[in-house]
Amino acid sequence: MKLREIAHSRTGDKGDISNISVIAFDAKDYPLLEAQVTSARVKAHFAGIVAGEVMRYELPHLGALNFVMYRALGGGVTRSLALDAHGKSLSSALLDLEIDDDFRNINLAP
Amino acid sequence: MPLVPLQAAGVDWLIPWHEHVKAVLRSIRIGSGAGYSGDRIEPAVELADKGEIQYLVFECLGERTVALAQQARMKDPQAGFDPLLEARMRAVLPVCAEKAITIVTNMGAANPLAAAKRTAELAKTLGLSSLRIAAVLGDDVLDACRDRDLPIMEFDGSIRQLGNRVLSANAYLGAAPVAQALKAGADVVITGRASDPALFLAPMIHAFGWAMDDWNLLGQGTVAGHLLECAGQITGGYFADPPYKDVAGLARLGFPIGEVREDGALVITKVAGSGGAVTAATCKEQLLYEVHDPRRYIQPDVVADFSQVTIEAIAPDRVRVGGGRGTARTDTLKVSVGYLDGYIGEGQISYAGPGALARGRLALDIVRERLRLTGVASHDIRFDLIGVDSLHGAALAAGAAEPYEVRVRVAGRTDSLGEAVRIGNEVETLYTNGPAAGGGVTKSAREVVAVASVLLPRDLARTQVRFVEA
Repeated sequence: MKLREIAHSRTGDKGDISNISVIAFDAKDYPLLEAQVTSARVKAHFAGIVAGEVMRYELPHLGALNFVMYRALGGGVTRSLALDAHGKSLSSALLDLEIDDDFRNINLAP
Repeated sequence: MPLVPLQAAGVDWLIPWHEHVKAVLRSIRIGSGAGYSGDRIEPAVELADKGEIQYLVFECLGERTVALAQQARMKDPQAGFDPLLEARMRAVLPVCAEKAITIVTNMGAANPLAAAKRTAELAKTLGLSSLRIAAVLGDDVLDACRDRDLPIMEFDGSIRQLGNRVLSANAYLGAAPVAQALKAGADVVITGRASDPALFLAPMIHAFGWAMDDWNLLGQGTVAGHLLECAGQITGGYFADPPYKDVAGLARLGFPIGEVREDGALVITKVAGSGGAVTAATCKEQLLYEVHDPRRYIQPDVVADFSQVTIEAIAPDRVRVGGGRGTARTDTLKVSVGYLDGYIGEGQISYAGPGALARGRLALDIVRERLRLTGVASHDIRFDLIGVDSLHGAALAAGAAEPYEVRVRVAGRTDSLGEAVRIGNEVETLYTNGPAAGGGVTKSAREVVAVASVLLPRDLARTQVRFVEA
């Protein structure tokens, strides 16, 4: 299953830093996001684009993760040579991540 | 009747008190009329006309816009404000005057006073000569920054090292001077660089008398401002992704309204019948837009904490947002420094039909070799195939089906305009010297105005409110 099927996403930019939210359409899928959309995986997905660290912030009550990616915008929006200098299209690339949904419908709550 | 302290999110379950509370607590409706300098104009007119708003805010200043405006002002002392100021004001001033809607905007860019004068002249020609128009000054802190040789936040270096390449330094001002202008009776407040949420926070501070050290209220007000500042981005713009996320009516997208109560309770909505949608999902996306650590969203007036924010749809196109908090503001203001950063030259050409991808790759190889043979010096250069790998690079594009058409793009950074021009020229000569059937060349060469940030002790930005009579 693609991440796109269970979550939506928006990219923002500040200088050379890009942030990407990943938000579950349905709160019950948030644990899948937390378990599988890790900083390491996001950094690997954007190898060649993101030169710096990737930090993840968790907002479980919103069913959301926020990824902050450093040195991600070719030196910054105002000086980048990239066609998409803001990196606005990066969220769509992240939604292409493969999610293992074997345990999606099992209720783990006690 | 005694008023018990109420948490923003907890009011509505007090059913027996509900009507009483609504009657006692004041509220305002703030419309967001633009999310960037080139934004659509009619949605703001719709807000003023049908939105039952008391305040209309236009956020029009991107990161480097002030630096570009400063360049314009250096050429003409009466220039340097937003190029669409006149068109926007002409569209909304009459209805705002009629309905007593106060306008707050950062369209002053590098010259708020000239923008205020221009607006006053326009008001006069529209027969609205009783309007009181205020300019907020003091964001220009270039001298203070130069005196202190502050370190650059984004890279190793300082303002002094940028030398005469520095064009401008503007501090992100907070809500206080805008609130001061409102208190003095302004109908229109025009700022230069100010924090975007502060443009919205100021009417709340003014209308409700919020204390400038009530960090939780300022934090919740910042949540409201942050959600509203990009206009259509919370009403369904920048959101549609069929078939998973469908949004109807994007061609007539309605811009948002924030209903804010004096205890900070907030509902995001829009004009009934306009296009788009306000849903929990649109609000969540916008809450995290351009946010890093949600616990520390640093603003001039407060360090806002978004980590406990709750978002709940309560009716169609009505979303309740609560739980914003804050801690004490920092001792510094962020300053955006505009500086000249060389030149960028670019050229593009298209290929289509069978073998388009191979011809596109051949074209890139030819330009790469030509730039080397002719000695075009660039610090950094990109060779992209639009439609293939220009946005996310070769790795993420691997495995995708071959496209019917591709567009070659070469872009490089140079020290001189002449070198930048030669990059586009080497793409253009592909017409007669490159692979078969290339068409649609475009080329450009431009000077780069880049932006970096420094932190300035806040007392060094001395703000001032100046009134201009229409």
